[in-house]
Amino acid sequence: MDAPANKISVQGLKAWFGKNEVIHGASLDIPDRSVLAIIGPSGCGKSTFLRCLNRMHELTPGAGSSGKMLLDDRDLYAASVDPVELRRRVGMVFQRPNPFPTMSIARNVSAGLRLNRVPGDHAEVVERCLRQAALWDEVKDRLDAPATGLSGGQQQRLCIARALAVEPEVLLMDEPASALDPIATAKVEDLIHELKQRYTIVIVTHNMQQAARVSDRTAFFYLGELVESGPTEKIFTNPSEQRTEDYVTGKFG
Amino acid sequence: MPLPADILPAAAVSARRGGNRGDRLYHAALQLLGGAVLAVAGLVLLELADVAAPAARRLGLGFLWRNDWDPVSGAFGALPFVYGTLVTSAVAIALALPVSVGLALFLSEMGPRRLRPVVSFAIEVLAAIPSVVYGLWGLFVLVPVLRDWVQPALARALGFLPLFQGPPIGLGYLAAGVILAVMILPTVTSVTIEVLRTVPASLREASLALGATRWEAIRMAVLPFGRAGIVGAALLGLGRALGETMAVTMVIGNSPEIHASLFAPGYSLPAVIANEFAEATGEVHLGALAALGLVLFGITVLLNGAARLLVAAVARGSARSAR
Repeated sequence: MDAPANKISVQGLKAWFGKNEVIHGASLDIPDRSVLAIIGPSGCGKSTFLRCLNRMHELTPGAGSSGKMLLDDRDLYAASVDPVELRRRVGMVFQRPNPFPTMSIARNVSAGLRLNRVPGDHAEVVERCLRQAALWDEVKDRLDAPATGLSGGQQQRLCIARALAVEPEVLLMDEPASALDPIATAKVEDLIHELKQRYTIVIVTHNMQQAARVSDRTAFFYLGELVESGPTEKIFTNPSEQRTEDYVTGKFG
Repeated sequence: MPLPADILPAAAVSARRGGNRGDRLYHAALQLLGGAVLAVAGLVLLELADVAAPAARRLGLGFLWRNDWDPVSGAFGALPFVYGTLVTSAVAIALALPVSVGLALFLSEMGPRRLRPVVSFAIEVLAAIPSVVYGLWGLFVLVPVLRDWVQPALARALGFLPLFQGPPIGLGYLAAGVILAVMILPTVTSVTIEVLRTVPASLREASLALGATRWEAIRMAVLPFGRAGIVGAALLGLGRALGETMAVTMVIGNSPEIHASLFAPGYSLPAVIANEFAEATGEVHLGALAALGLVLFGITVLLNGAARLLVAAVARGSARSAR
């Protein structure tokens, strides 16, 4: 297989909250249809990095960023880019499942379509996305039931289905399995394997086994610095940096 | 008053475990205070019922639906006052609710950060103005504006509705409703802000990440989640509007009649009690006024109960989704 083109390219990214700089210049490339895992101890800037990719970071009062972030070679932060449009191309799944509690299962999935005023009853999209999220068989008989009646793992897969419904090109996942039990976690991980056929995925995780299992490439952040990034196998077996080795072998973190 | 109710169970636990003397004393003192609130409410009710008894014996239940009130000839009907109270309160809430929800969204979601404290302070000032001052403002500013501008315009635009027919005299249901709307604005706004605070940030983020604008996120996630609580806020405001006396009596026209038109003068329960109580002669007149007080008491209790249930339902809802 040829080396795929880069879907995302980040050059010298700095990000801050007020006066507190949390990412001190990070550069990396993410190939199309691959999974990048971001690992590192708490507070190292992993989530902020993720939130810069769909411009959610700047919504926090006082937060900002500099540097270049290219999606398909176009600058995400160019004046002509509408962040609202961008977020339809770059979907996001959060750490805690956050389905809309006032909506049914089906309406949760189609929420993004209604937002984009896509006409129709969306039943096909709902089924396709629930199937993609490996949730269809569990909920097909109660699509009109409230989403809050689902278990945590089901809610998280519902949120993944909801993100898929707007057909994003990139899927950002912020510790998507940290609130789930091992069985639900395994389902989400299987799902990531499926989804990378179609999407570019960036996943933040605290769990190094998970990073090793699901990702093609891994980036290690420490105290706001991108210490090292490269093929997952290399990061876990033969890292170039001592700090990376210490972290992945569990000497600290 | 959530405070005693929240503290009592903890105090009760330590008292049951034996506890020390200080805890037991504290526990007893709190029980006394909590009981006193109930006792005062009960005594007020008893006293009202006692004063109302002669009127109740003479007039019977028909008092509630009779629509004439003429103490001189002994005609006592509660309906014009109940009607006036409900209509002015309804006008107040219809005007205040959209403005309050808008202000609450401005203050908690969308407004420029630097402007928020200014607007917030202005709303607090509204809450601090004595109601007699509202009444004076109503008489000298609002009533002429309504008479010369607003009512003729409404009659031209919506005159086909019975609500907006008749001579524009200024004093009446509409004037009272507008004043009440301004007076309940701070209550409804601040409760709505509290309700919006219970909306988990994760829901806003979920909408924004799907490509919602801020306003779309509010419509999609924030308002549906807070709906019951906002209704609760409206009912709390309504409770305040129902009992407001001074400002209403200065602008409502004080005429015990029932009119479909909002331009017409009317009367409200608190206003008639305040106006006639000092000059009431005979125990039937006095009793009829006390009975009006009981009616008002009943309406307010019902509304406040409904409001509390709704607000509690919202609190439960947010607890569920946080889990």
